[in-house]
Amino acid sequence: MTQNLQTESLRARRVVMGIPLLWLLLLFLLPFLIVLKLSFSETRLAIPPYAPLLEWLGGVPHSALHISNYAFLFTDPLYISAYLYSLKVAIVSTFYCLLLGYPMAYVIARAQGTWRTVLLMLVVLPFWTSFLLRVYAWIGLLKHNGVINNILMYLGLIHQPLTMLQTDFAVYVGIVYSYLPFMILPLYANLEKHDGALLEAAADLGARPFTAFVRVTLPQSIPGIIAGSLLVFIPAVGEYVVPSLLGRTDQLMIGRVLSDEFFENRDWPLASAVAILMLLLLVIPIMLFQRSGGRELESHH
Amino acid sequence: MKTSGWFPRTILGVGLTFLYAPIISMMVFSLNNSRLVTVWDSAHSPTLKWYGELLGNDEILGAAWLSIRIALIAASGAVVLGTLTGVALARFGPFRGRTLMVGMTTAPLVMPEVITGLALLLLFITLQQAIGWPHGTGMVTIILAHITFCTAYVAVVVQSRLVGFDESLEEAALDLGARPGTVFRRITLPLVAPALVSGWLLSFTLSWDDLVITQFVAGPGSSTLPMVIFSKVRLGVSPDVNALATIMVLLVASGITLSALWLRYQYRRRERDLQLAAAANQ
Amino acid sequence: MVDKQQAYVRIEGVSKRFGDFVAVDDVTLDIYRGEIFCLLGGSGSGKTTLLRMLAGFETPSSGRILVDGRDMSTVPPYERPVNMMFQSYALFPHMSVEKNIAFGLEQERLGRDEIRRRVGEMLDIVKMGNFGHRKPHQLSGGQRQRIALARSLIKRPKLLLLDEPLAALDRKLREHTQFELINIQKALGVTFIVVTHDQEEAMTLSTRMGVMNHGRIVQVGTPSQIYESPGTRFIADFIGSVNLFEGQVLGEAEERRRIRCNELGCVIRVDRHLPSAQDATVWAAVRPEKIHMTREPPDGLAQVSPDTENVARGRVRGIAYMGDASVYLVALDSGREVRVTLPNSARDAEQRIGPDEIVFLSWHTGSPVVLTE
Repeated sequence: MTQNLQTESLRARRVVMGIPLLWLLLLFLLPFLIVLKLSFSETRLAIPPYAPLLEWLGGVPHSALHISNYAFLFTDPLYISAYLYSLKVAIVSTFYCLLLGYPMAYVIARAQGTWRTVLLMLVVLPFWTSFLLRVYAWIGLLKHNGVINNILMYLGLIHQPLTMLQTDFAVYVGIVYSYLPFMILPLYANLEKHDGALLEAAADLGARPFTAFVRVTLPQSIPGIIAGSLLVFIPAVGEYVVPSLLGRTDQLMIGRVLSDEFFENRDWPLASAVAILMLLLLVIPIMLFQRSGGRELESHH
Repeated sequence: MKTSGWFPRTILGVGLTFLYAPIISMMVFSLNNSRLVTVWDSAHSPTLKWYGELLGNDEILGAAWLSIRIALIAASGAVVLGTLTGVALARFGPFRGRTLMVGMTTAPLVMPEVITGLALLLLFITLQQAIGWPHGTGMVTIILAHITFCTAYVAVVVQSRLVGFDESLEEAALDLGARPGTVFRRITLPLVAPALVSGWLLSFTLSWDDLVITQFVAGPGSSTLPMVIFSKVRLGVSPDVNALATIMVLLVASGITLSALWLRYQYRRRERDLQLAAAANQ
Repeated sequence: MVDKQQAYVRIEGVSKRFGDFVAVDDVTLDIYRGEIFCLLGGSGSGKTTLLRMLAGFETPSSGRILVDGRDMSTVPPYERPVNMMFQSYALFPHMSVEKNIAFGLEQERLGRDEIRRRVGEMLDIVKMGNFGHRKPHQLSGGQRQRIALARSLIKRPKLLLLDEPLAALDRKLREHTQFELINIQKALGVTFIVVTHDQEEAMTLSTRMGVMNHGRIVQVGTPSQIYESPGTRFIADFIGSVNLFEGQVLGEAEERRRIRCNELGCVIRVDRHLPSAQDATVWAAVRPEKIHMTREPPDGLAQVSPDTENVARGRVRGIAYMGDASVYLVALDSGREVRVTLPNSARDAEQRIGPDEIVFLSWHTGSPVVLTE
């Protein structure tokens, strides 16, 4: 009875959502399944360098599952320390990013009219220039005969150049620098929506500005804090460019480890296992992000 | 709202300095004659010689051209897919597969690139083994990869713009006799047009700038600009890279300034119109 | 004007369920050509869902809808001879006023000149002739409403659905627009179905109205019928203000016309036979404006006893002065408060009954409506 109306619009809808759904299934979901399968494979001297994913033995599809890669990862200290180090770096960087980004977002959200647009533009502009080049810029600043050392020596504050490159410090700087807009924008989107009347009510009830901030503004901004922090933390765990250009050589982050396993050692199954393990570590933050963050990203732009 | 106290404003100042110091330092030293980049050679600087070298560097120019072509195609593809996704998520209510789609749209926003890159390369290789296509990695695989992760960004931008619009606009159009296709063409698309533009620009930037994923899915013959730059800077600073960076910053800055001025002009016009309307209020 | 021969819109046993929630519960309704029919109800009453089913944006879970004899079940909104005016007006922000109005005609593939002519005509009807080139954001609220109306009428629909048409307007504008709507409807002969939560709006606009509650139609009638003869306590209370007195039916088999009411401290006599059984609990609904209030007992009664009929005694507790009338809150001996509305016929405040005065309330036998639910 109501068939025609429903089926016609249903068909159109299926097309609209079907195309991107199909694309994403094939080019986003399926690859992960392949990585998963490969992580259970063995290396072979072949092109590509792994045992076939699916073998047909007597007409029946046969798949071998080796957990040797995972066993290796769990027991070899190099990998364990790489994972832990990556988590540590990501957490610390996120924290500094939040410390720096929150006040900035706060000021921008409370700025009036033109000022607000100008400030937003200033914050967003670096994002549109090359990420790679901006990280590169830090090399010039941090190296032994780089800008910072030159200035400090010129001013007589130090007599020997500080070692800033290839340290944890450099990686924190690099990550905070690159991801700052990702922290500021969700925070701004959240803070901008706050009702000024609430702060006025707090003042009316006797709260001093700082108290009002802690008891009124801060709690309301928690969703923004979570969204911004996850937007920084999750990719930071697997960062590759920043530690490659600025980071330590004695302790690698997991992104670098994965890349090395893949490109240098040609051990694709192991690299896959590294990736899957990284994913498992990040699954909960990713789900948290999808739950809360999606909404926070919406306001700006 | 009141303006903020001195503390956060100081931090803002520090933050902005932090954001721009490296960029400015890069730009300044692009004029430095010394190959050491950061040691100012006052005798022979400032100079434009690195810009000249840049323009004569075929490797860099070729890579830049490749990157531009890839970014143009990838951005356009991402806008198409992203718009469909954004419309579906914003307007279709609950449907089977929605959670999956939401997941696949938000995950790329945070997924570490090494994972995505690895996964995509393995997909292409498996596909090649199974059906013989793609014939090795190269421009095509890079484009496919870029479209995939850029779609998520476009989807978010489009969805958020659509969500801000009254659904009854589209219902009104249906009510007035327009079939769904017409509604999409004459009502939905014009309304999300700004989101499409910013989504396209966003995708272009992301594609043009991408290193990690591209490294995985690029073949021996294809070197994009980020790949060329990366191999150079791994070895240390290089003045022609400074020159390149300066050019890019200036391009982007003028682009943003122009669009900001344009938006301001639009805003002013709207204000004027609203005042006209209020004055003519009956 | 109203063609009672055959219902123009027939809603037959229509229900709409969203999961477990029943938004519209087995509604059957006939609406006749040329009338303005109002669906009145609070939020969640199902009125908007019913309207959307008429427009075609929701499909009924069961039952069917017929417009001019044609079953609308398989007909999508863009093929129905029905147009809707949205509560938010839903004017297309990127199109001018002219293009907004012309949109419906463009879907009919009319010629450019024809469209221009008709758009011009319609703009004149809604008195917005000079505003053709403006965009919606350049118009005030009242102007936007007129454009929305013009846009929905230009296709000469047989049925126009209006979703809370006056909700966004301020009071003065609302009154003005109410009459304009009625005039336009009469001039064009379109059947209107209006959805509203505002009873004043419903009473002013409609030729007939239906009260909805929890997805069901609880009463249908003219505004006067519904106001003066509500079918249930809910309806009596929902429309206007009312005093509800609970009591037991007194009575003798033949002459059952009296109700003992302890709250009032008297007996209520009505002018018709009560079908309920003896001692059954009923409620008598008396509107505030139907109650007389005097300083002395009426009809020369010496005093008021529990057996007195249709007279009660109380003290004025509060007065709300509203200019043309005053609402008095009278506390009876039992403690119960009664609302009485009196016109302020005396200009002099001294002459009017004041606070804390002892008063006597009385009413005609025809005034109470006896309700059993």
